[in-house]
Amino acid sequence: MNLDEFFVTGEPLIYAGMVSIVLVTSAMIFLLTYFKKWGWLWREWLTTVDHKKIGVMYILSALAMLFRGGVDALMMRVQLAFPDLNFLNAQHYNEIFTTHGTIMIIFMAMPFLIGLMNIIVPLQIGARDFAFPFVNALSFWSFFFGALLFNISFVIGGSPDAGWTSYTPLAGAAMNPGPGQNFYLLGLQLSGIGTLATGINLMVTILKMRAPGMKLFKMPIFSWSTLVTSFIIIFAFPILTVALALMTIDRIFGSQFFTLTGEGLPMMWANLFWMWGHPEVYIVILPAFGIFSEVIATFAKKRIFGYHAMVWSMILIAGLSFLVWVHHFFTMGAGAFVNSVFSVSTMLIAVPTGVKIFNWLGTLYKSKIQFTTPMMWALAFIPSFVIGGVTGVMLGMAAADYQFHNSYFLIAHFHYVLIAGTVFACFAGLEYWYPKMFGHKLNEKLGKLSFWLFVIGFHVTFLPQYFLGLDGMPRRLFDTAPEWFTLNFISTVGAFGMGAGFALFVFNIYYSYRTSQRETTGDSWDGRTLEWATPTPIPHYNFATLPTIRDIDAFVEMKKRNETTYDESKLKPIHMPNNSGQPFIMMALLFMASFALVFEWITLSVIFLVGVLIMMVIRSFDEDDGHHVEVEEIKETERSLRGL
Amino acid sequence: MSTNVNHAPLEYQTEHNQMSILGFWIFLAAEVVLFSTLFATYAVLFGRTADAPTPSELFELDIVLVMTFLLLTSSFTCGIAIHQMRHGSNKGLITWMIITLALGLGFLGFEVYEFIHYSHEGATLPSSAYWSSFYVLAGTHGLHVTLGIGWAILLLIQLFKKGITKVTSRKVFIISLYWHFLDVIWIFIFTSVYLIGMVV
Ligand code: HEM
Ligand SMILES: [Cu+2]
Repeated sequence: MNLDEFFVTGEPLIYAGMVSIVLVTSAMIFLLTYFKKWGWLWREWLTTVDHKKIGVMYILSALAMLFRGGVDALMMRVQLAFPDLNFLNAQHYNEIFTTHGTIMIIFMAMPFLIGLMNIIVPLQIGARDFAFPFVNALSFWSFFFGALLFNISFVIGGSPDAGWTSYTPLAGAAMNPGPGQNFYLLGLQLSGIGTLATGINLMVTILKMRAPGMKLFKMPIFSWSTLVTSFIIIFAFPILTVALALMTIDRIFGSQFFTLTGEGLPMMWANLFWMWGHPEVYIVILPAFGIFSEVIATFAKKRIFGYHAMVWSMILIAGLSFLVWVHHFFTMGAGAFVNSVFSVSTMLIAVPTGVKIFNWLGTLYKSKIQFTTPMMWALAFIPSFVIGGVTGVMLGMAAADYQFHNSYFLIAHFHYVLIAGTVFACFAGLEYWYPKMFGHKLNEKLGKLSFWLFVIGFHVTFLPQYFLGLDGMPRRLFDTAPEWFTLNFISTVGAFGMGAGFALFVFNIYYSYRTSQRETTGDSWDGRTLEWATPTPIPHYNFATLPTIRDIDAFVEMKKRNETTYDESKLKPIHMPNNSGQPFIMMALLFMASFALVFEWITLSVIFLVGVLIMMVIRSFDEDDGHHVEVEEIKETERSLRGL
Repeated sequence: MSTNVNHAPLEYQTEHNQMSILGFWIFLAAEVVLFSTLFATYAVLFGRTADAPTPSELFELDIVLVMTFLLLTSSFTCGIAIHQMRHGSNKGLITWMIITLALGLGFLGFEVYEFIHYSHEGATLPSSAYWSSFYVLAGTHGLHVTLGIGWAILLLIQLFKKGITKVTSRKVFIISLYWHFLDVIWIFIFTSVYLIGMVV
């Protein structure tokens, strides 16, 4: 293979990308060396098994991915702003909508939420870490290297270009030769391992490590949403694993699952993909529901309305989410009966979703709302998400979907649910828990400004797209027609508004770091749940002692009784896990094996795989049992944190 | 939560062990989904053999019966191994584990022979959609058995070195769950792939 086949050549935009990658990487290497921070990076971050630090790394990576996916989006919107614009050619446009969709769902939305779960769930349920901290680190590095593998495709080898849904036969070897699609398959496979492991880890953590007295039905809603989400992950992700593996074997080893030859069935891919894909959209929305529930209860200063209905509706949604996948391809021709069945099951999902909407409204009803930025996101979420949900039900009517399918109407639908649901929730959650994580709040003025920019920009971008869809504009089109000009132009203007909102959000992180007042109490918002009972900064063992939990709003009750998470008479040494470099090394090796497989260098790939196996053997013989934090150390830490 | 753990078997005596075992059960649930997806794919692609031979032309009952016998017996001997562990006999545990592994290796040997035989008859992975799904379904099971054998060897070394401790008993118990699980999967492969493939 020649070097110019290895690197992508001939595209000025991609050259610019290469230059900026080289610059940023060298700057980072320079800074780390100049300030002698390599050891710190390794000891404090790359080898950490602390759920709080892993969560921070997840969120940082997700923000970086939001930036990358956002740049993709803005490039698409520029191209669509004017008819016959030659900013992107057809091939480049295909690559960009593929990477945009994949990155936003797999490498932005999920890691962002998993990052918040990492930090918050153990704190909410009164645990000192995950059930399997080592596995948690493994999960993070598998996501990180999966994302890296997927992202380097645009400078090395070429990006995938068959859409985030990668339908066959288009994505098969015959019509899509070269490494691009392999990057998609192996990048997702690599990060999928981590997602599944996280699902198992969170489930065991929540089932086994709750504070004394915290029955399942006394658990905060965000932890409940995490439990239900891990259930979906455990039952949906293996389907993706198989689907990706089958297409990989098709492309690299010549099997005939999804091919047009050898009696393969390309439609099988669509089924497998959406059997995972629809549960996946609920994997990214249920935690968002959980975040909004916490935020709304805190700033309405009321217990969440209809706690049990909230929980049961989530469980129902999780079950139903496995029974609707065919609505993504009503037009594939499964027949009237099959379409009708899936049409009905799709509309059924709207019922528990509606229940939740009324629960949030019920919580807000007659409450004294405190308009903080996280609360603003939550309030903007409710009406916006309703629009997304109602248009979803429209799409769910099979007959009507023949008209809407693969038009901009569909694009508008899923952006209304994914942005107004998931992205608003990520911002709300980050701002809400920020003082717990970093010891100071984000600036409210800048926060509100970025909120308005982003929310107005969002509606200006996507509301016109419903009408573009009704006017017949298909999705995945790289060149628009003059009659769609006005709405497209408006949409592009809105997109830049969202971009500005995001930029301001990130700037606010820096600005607040410099100027915000530091937290002293640990209870920044007059919180209701256990995470606010810890001091800030949180000691690495989280809780010195735990009182018996009596109520859903555990901390409200504790405040009434004057209880804290530090009872000197009950102190005992605390067992904590040790840091380990193995997760990083193991996943780095798996990354190299996958990279070799992308280029179909089988021998090299096998060599690295053997490396991974050796790491597993080392792990099996590893007798690292962790360490104990002694009572004296706990006393010292807690006294200084609590100013006793 | 961990009250009364002292009457429990050794592998259940620490909270950490209990969590590992629960985690592994959940992992097996994910494995059930994984194999179900492969079975579904196989069912959908059944009969799509293109120009390649059909399964009823190639499948032979005697060899598959031997494989089934080997694997089912290995599940039984694995159960005896756990029984020995519960009675604190490291020697018995190791002996029965080695017998289990030998049976597993026998199974694998026949499977490899079988695959080679079919491919000589013109049924290979790329031959047709049906044969792709056959090789991937049976091969995934075979790969699981292979990994299980490698893993068990690591545990045997640890048993030699350390005897039956809380840690090793947990590990052995977990691999026994894994081994029985593979046995169950094989029963489904035996019936829905081989038996049905022979008659249809
Ligand atoms: C009331 C609930 C919902 C209903 C009834 C619904 C219905 C539908 C239907 C029928 C389609 C397929 C339309 C077509 O391709 O023609 C669709 C697409 C989609 N939905 Fe929803 N949906 C709902 C909620 C959600 C949520 C909560 C999310 C994610 C957070 C979501 C994300 C998506 C995505 C990503 C697609 C398009 C995928 C693609 O083709 O690329 N939906 N929805
Ligand atoms: Cu769906």
